[in-house]
Amino acid sequence: MLEIDVKKRLRDFDLEVRMTVKEGEILMLVGDNGCGKTSLLNLVAGLQNPEEGRIALDKRPLFDSGLKISVAPEERNIGYVFQSYALFPHMSVYDNVAFGLRTRGLSRKAVDARVMEHLKAAGLWDIRKARAVEVSGGQRQRVALARALIIEPEILLLDEPLSALDVRKQAAMRKELRERIHACHVPSIIVTHDLRDVASIGDRACLLERGRIALTGRADEVMSWGGCLLDRDVEPAGGPCGGSFI
Amino acid sequence: MASNQMDINRLSERGIAELVDRQQESIGILSRAREAALKAALALLLIIAITFIALPVVALLLRSPLDTTFRSLYDPIVMDALRLSLMTTTVTTVIVVFMGTPIAYVSARFRYFGKELADSLIDLPVIMPPAVAGIALLMAFGRMGVLGRHLDAFGVSIAFTTLAVIMAQVFVSSPFYIRQARTSFEDVDLAFENAARTLGASRVYTFFHVILPIAINGLISGAIMAFARSLGEFGATIMFAGNFQGRTQTMPLAIYTAMQGDLDVSICIAIILVAISFVIIVLVKILTRRVYKNAGN
Repeated sequence: MLEIDVKKRLRDFDLEVRMTVKEGEILMLVGDNGCGKTSLLNLVAGLQNPEEGRIALDKRPLFDSGLKISVAPEERNIGYVFQSYALFPHMSVYDNVAFGLRTRGLSRKAVDARVMEHLKAAGLWDIRKARAVEVSGGQRQRVALARALIIEPEILLLDEPLSALDVRKQAAMRKELRERIHACHVPSIIVTHDLRDVASIGDRACLLERGRIALTGRADEVMSWGGCLLDRDVEPAGGPCGGSFI
Repeated sequence: MASNQMDINRLSERGIAELVDRQQESIGILSRAREAALKAALALLLIIAITFIALPVVALLLRSPLDTTFRSLYDPIVMDALRLSLMTTTVTTVIVVFMGTPIAYVSARFRYFGKELADSLIDLPVIMPPAVAGIALLMAFGRMGVLGRHLDAFGVSIAFTTLAVIMAQVFVSSPFYIRQARTSFEDVDLAFENAARTLGASRVYTFFHVILPIAINGLISGAIMAFARSLGEFGATIMFAGNFQGRTQTMPLAIYTAMQGDLDVSICIAIILVAISFVIIVLVKILTRRVYKNAGN
């Protein structure tokens, strides 16, 4: 289980989040631009540090301000799919996916076997020699996901993984994404703007507003949040949105 | 009567339409003429600029026949200057790259106390007149200099040696590399670095396997510019290292010295420098085009 209880000063407000994500659960994080969603993912990944608080995975602290523990990002074993995918432009599709195994010092034979398995599973084997920046948007998304999954992460973080795809591809990818993430059986957090992503990929959803969790509920309740998201000011707490306001 | 009135109206409408057409046509002719005049003025300006730059280079080649140039190549002053220049500029470029790369990376990625001051000091030699750089180096490392006097006590003398040539070249050329390298590192998206870290790469592994390969074309381009600046260095070298054939007399210094005796030798060295400069420009153009392509991707 991933436990997050952090506080960090952002430019315009404080990010104060307390949440848990269970093993195998997909938590969808929704909210306006600049509300702190990506910052929260970066805190979990160790790319930024909170001012105070604690982040723990199965009781093992990744960050603890009290105990002065801060595990470096490279030692957290986290699969992170960035919004821009951040595929290394000078490497092929194969080398991008193999990167995380090479940093772990695996033998060439072991790297080859595992990369082949993942590339074939993602339907990327035929384009393995292409430079990562030369493939289509959908293929890039698959490469980024394969690169994050091949390291057998203990936590999965995905920052708007479908936003770079066109609408038709998004619909096709949602089911595949849910299946592949569920197969990992690790705590997963997905940041999205699209409530359709929440309903079809997630198990649970949180609405983040100016650094605080404003609403939480089951993912299948989220479509009823639509009005609330548009008209939060007039919606009474615990109203007919299906979720519970915090 | 009514039909007459209608005819008059029709005629006046046609007249107005023709008048508008003529007016628009004259406006069109005027704007076309203005555009043509502007293009002609720009073309003339370009021709003047190209002539101004190309004429001295062509004059060099015209003044010295090819056989005279080749004969002058074997003159000891040319051979010594060529050997010394290539040796010192190569050593300088290696030093600048090894010293400048970490400085440029730190400057691009980190904030620290006094960063603005450090960046300004690094850029200072670009705007500092070379003669000032030479005298400043002499005041620091010369026999009576701030540091030089202590080194002299141990029998180490820097001024007027080949080492002084290299130091003068490093001083004036390092900003050319560091500025270009800093820009290249800044252009590398931080997301690549973050992605590498989350995939288990240490900072050092990330630098050598992700950041450096992405920025490499910019770094090579910067190194070439530093090499070119070193090769053409004159003022700081003559002030700090002197002008001794085979020891501190680089090609620009040899041109200056030979001019007072044999102009053919002077022109021969100048032609060699023009040729090297041309190759450098072509290399930089190719590399910057490759950088642009990568950025476009």
